Amino acid sequence: MCGSAHWRFARSSTSRPLSCDRDVRTFPDIQVGIHHTARTISVARVSSINRVTIYSMADIRNFSIIAHIDHGKSTLADRLIQHAGLVADRDFREQILDSMDIERERGITIKSQTCTLPYRGPDGHDYVLNLIDTPGHVDFSYEVSRALASCEGVLLLVDAAQGVQAQTLANLYAAMEHDLAIIPVINKIDLAAADIAGTKEEMRVELGIDPSEAILCSAKEGVGIDAIREAIVGRVPPPRGEPSKPLRALIFDASYDAYRGTVVSIRVIDGAVRPGDTIMTMSNGRTFKVEEVGIFQLRRVKRPALSAGEVGYLIANIKTVSDTRIGDTITHDECPASTALHGFKVAKPVVFSSIYPVSSDDYRPLVDAMEKYALNDASLIFEKDSSAALGQGFRCGFLGLLHLEIVQERLEREFDQSIIMTVPSVEYHFTLKDGTALVVDNPAHFPDPMDVATTHEPYIHATILMPERYLGVVMKLCLERRAEGTSFHYPTPGRIELACDMPLAEVLFDFYDRLKSVTQGYGSFDYDLTDYRPGRVVKVDILVNGERVDALSLIVHESQARERALHACERLAEEIPRHQFRIAIQGAIGGKIIARSTIKPFRKDVTAKCYGGDVTRKRKLLEKQKRGKLRMKMVGDVVIPQSAFVSVLKTKEE
Amino acid sequence: MKAREVPPDAGLYVHVPFCRTKCAYCGFCSQTDLSPIDAYAESLAVEARLRAGQTFTTLYVGGGTPTVLPPELLARLLRGPDTPWPLTKDAEVTVEANPDDITTPLLETLRKNGANRLSIGVQSFRDDELRFLGRRHTASQARAAIHLAKDAGFTNIGIDLMYGFRGQRRERWRTTLDEALRWRPAHLSCYQLTIEPNTPLSRRPPSLIRSPEAKEYDFFLFTSRLLTDHGYEHYEVSNFALPGFRARHNALYWHHAPYCGLGPAAHSFDGRTRSWNVRSVEEYVARLSRNAVPMEESETLTDEQLALERVMLGMRTARGVPLSALTRYAGWEVTLERLQAGGFLVCGQDRVTVTLAGLAIADRLPLEFLP
Repeated sequence: MCGSAHWRFARSSTSRPLSCDRDVRTFPDIQVGIHHTARTISVARVSSINRVTIYSMADIRNFSIIAHIDHGKSTLADRLIQHAGLVADRDFREQILDSMDIERERGITIKSQTCTLPYRGPDGHDYVLNLIDTPGHVDFSYEVSRALASCEGVLLLVDAAQGVQAQTLANLYAAMEHDLAIIPVINKIDLAAADIAGTKEEMRVELGIDPSEAILCSAKEGVGIDAIREAIVGRVPPPRGEPSKPLRALIFDASYDAYRGTVVSIRVIDGAVRPGDTIMTMSNGRTFKVEEVGIFQLRRVKRPALSAGEVGYLIANIKTVSDTRIGDTITHDECPASTALHGFKVAKPVVFSSIYPVSSDDYRPLVDAMEKYALNDASLIFEKDSSAALGQGFRCGFLGLLHLEIVQERLEREFDQSIIMTVPSVEYHFTLKDGTALVVDNPAHFPDPMDVATTHEPYIHATILMPERYLGVVMKLCLERRAEGTSFHYPTPGRIELACDMPLAEVLFDFYDRLKSVTQGYGSFDYDLTDYRPGRVVKVDILVNGERVDALSLIVHESQARERALHACERLAEEIPRHQFRIAIQGAIGGKIIARSTIKPFRKDVTAKCYGGDVTRKRKLLEKQKRGKLRMKMVGDVVIPQSAFVSVLKTKEE
Repeated sequence: MKAREVPPDAGLYVHVPFCRTKCAYCGFCSQTDLSPIDAYAESLAVEARLRAGQTFTTLYVGGGTPTVLPPELLARLLRGPDTPWPLTKDAEVTVEANPDDITTPLLETLRKNGANRLSIGVQSFRDDELRFLGRRHTASQARAAIHLAKDAGFTNIGIDLMYGFRGQRRERWRTTLDEALRWRPAHLSCYQLTIEPNTPLSRRPPSLIRSPEAKEYDFFLFTSRLLTDHGYEHYEVSNFALPGFRARHNALYWHHAPYCGLGPAAHSFDGRTRSWNVRSVEEYVARLSRNAVPMEESETLTDEQLALERVMLGMRTARGVPLSALTRYAGWEVTLERLQAGGFLVCGQDRVTVTLAGLAIADRLPLEFLP
């Protein structure tokens, strides 16, 4: 995927001598950088590695923790941080409690961030263990792959009570793809339901791992942490790379700091980077002057340089995170590397939806929130949009449905916005009869069918991994979703990998949830966008009491129009509360009604008794209902709840 | 709470938190342990003293079951525990009575001590329904009670009935209504069966208790039409009266007028602040034994809340709300237009009245106006 065409090479042959051969082993005393989180964590003691400034690449180990969700990744990361002595025990307890609250509240992992952990081995030798955090969502598989590309090994964490799960397998494959050392860890052995023997057997059969290599651990109780650290030192190879070569550093993450701009997380592969250097991002040839480099130790800790094998951060007056791209290679402007690191691609949005404020008065606050949000999420693209039903808003592009949900969640929770998201769509390519090419990701811009000569829709190559017993149901699901060119592959006994081509639009129609449901959580799914293929699509409009609600329109394949329209009508009938009048919900193509459902009016809604003691209770209920109403949208006379807009793509709860 | 200036047109409510048995549907405050009755009566006297200082146009003795009190206590309670209640001359004095408690001597006691209105908890004239509700009395006891009350000279009798049981048919409900109408009571309350939280009924699936909504609506319309055909005014969601016999005390609640509630769990309202007493009889007695007010909590309403309550209460009555009560809400014209077109409200010169279909969805109507 590397587009070498737009790399810039050295501009001048008269550049000053390469800065790459400076002595990396003479670090002055450390300085402590400014906090980049709101939380203050006192540094218990400055770790030995910061004082003992001489260490070699042979003493560095770079690793990630990979696990199925809830198998204890964050807890293990906490323990490793605690055992590294970066935080006083007292503060650690506070931090755990504190951040668990925040995580529960915000639904994102804050704490298990990338961290440099000092470790003195049993033989008294000092090591540097770099824990590199990975995001845990399918949509971010690219980001995960970049984080893994920064490592030489992984801890593959398996819950002793739950055993091997879908993501365990997917994660293992991702790690194997990067040729990483794999240290299996069986976590939660303290649980009464822990089945260590059973988990080992699953590891052997389903993962093809020698279970005798597995380390038993209870991250919660702090059991097995030393064994894990020894294993990291013993089994993960030290980083490869050449300190004397021109700089090549891999960007694996970026975050935004209100005071310093973008903080880029990097793994230096070759060479070294120091404050004052002028660096260049190789994908686009942009240059920045490095202000600060350092390592993460819960807070940022300034360092004089980062060199081959090291993991840390770089601040270079980069205004927004979208100026840097995950997977890109950083090199020196004046003595650039000749080739970038492999694997860079520009994450392209594939799912599109519009965001509107529930109340049109809240458009300005939404603009502010979107701008602030975008500082931290380079993958979100957006532009202004407007709808007859919903007023002014934004058309947005997302990496996938989960990305969409995360954006929605964070806008609501962190930025306190009450928003409506319209039915997600993919990007369709039309050729009109007059020869015009048209790209449409918004049903509102769907061309007149009479003018359309050809239509193409995006296809993916999907791989689905599952235990063999689910093959039948998964095949059925895929065929319902217009899958083509199905093939099978048996990676390990009992496991099957199904590969097929499928229209991306089908993934939007609740594919993850359906897959999860039919495989009872054991199916894992990955996809790559491949090409555009011809497909006859139509636009289905939804009419609520005869009034077309543009924000509910959807583009679907002709063969599925009636079924999907009916589904949408039925879901809306469930989501829209009853009114005091009958509500007809219709699906239409052009002027032709193809589906219909009805919401019966309520006739009787009054409490029988209202005397002295009932008044306060009734008023409070009204006040509560009033607040609920703020999350609904009036369309004509009909109040449509926020949830209704995305519901049309959700299959029914089973 | 200190004795407070309450405007002259005010109601006094006395709560009697005792019942011989609990009915399956009842969520009101009452207990079946009758032993603290004497302590309760003494405490009530203390509370009355603490909160003295105003005149009332109505007195309502409710419960619970006021008629479980021994006659002498009931007499004292009606007159006023120590000194007579400060009632206006034409005050409406209502006592709630259970059919199985009604005897000629009891009625005599009530009459002699100033009661001029009787509210009889008949609920149904069908024994199977009475059993379902967990009532102690039978249909024939109910008939006898009404008979005795009429004989004792009570002209202002109210009968409480209930409808909307699972499987109930309109004809069945009609037999109860017809029988009630034969007595031609001055007042009829017809309550749709409601499942209150933490009652025996609430522990069973609602579909086994209540009629489906369509039927409830049908019953509601049917009841209203039948009773209005017989000369009753449908003046509140569940209340019907012959001309001149609307419940004056209950109307205070609906008209947002002030009232003072004595006894456990009783609510008071002075036009701005609402307060309520502790629910537990034990706690009530304990507080008053120290001359402490037994108030549990109070809330002072904002103008916004007052306005909302007026709309909420007004929409439950046929007289509706003044138009001026609605004009504070953004977009009120459109909403009013829509609800009028839907046949729920009628907009007059300066009042908005509620139609029968409107009363049936009275809980929703205020919400429609809220922006």
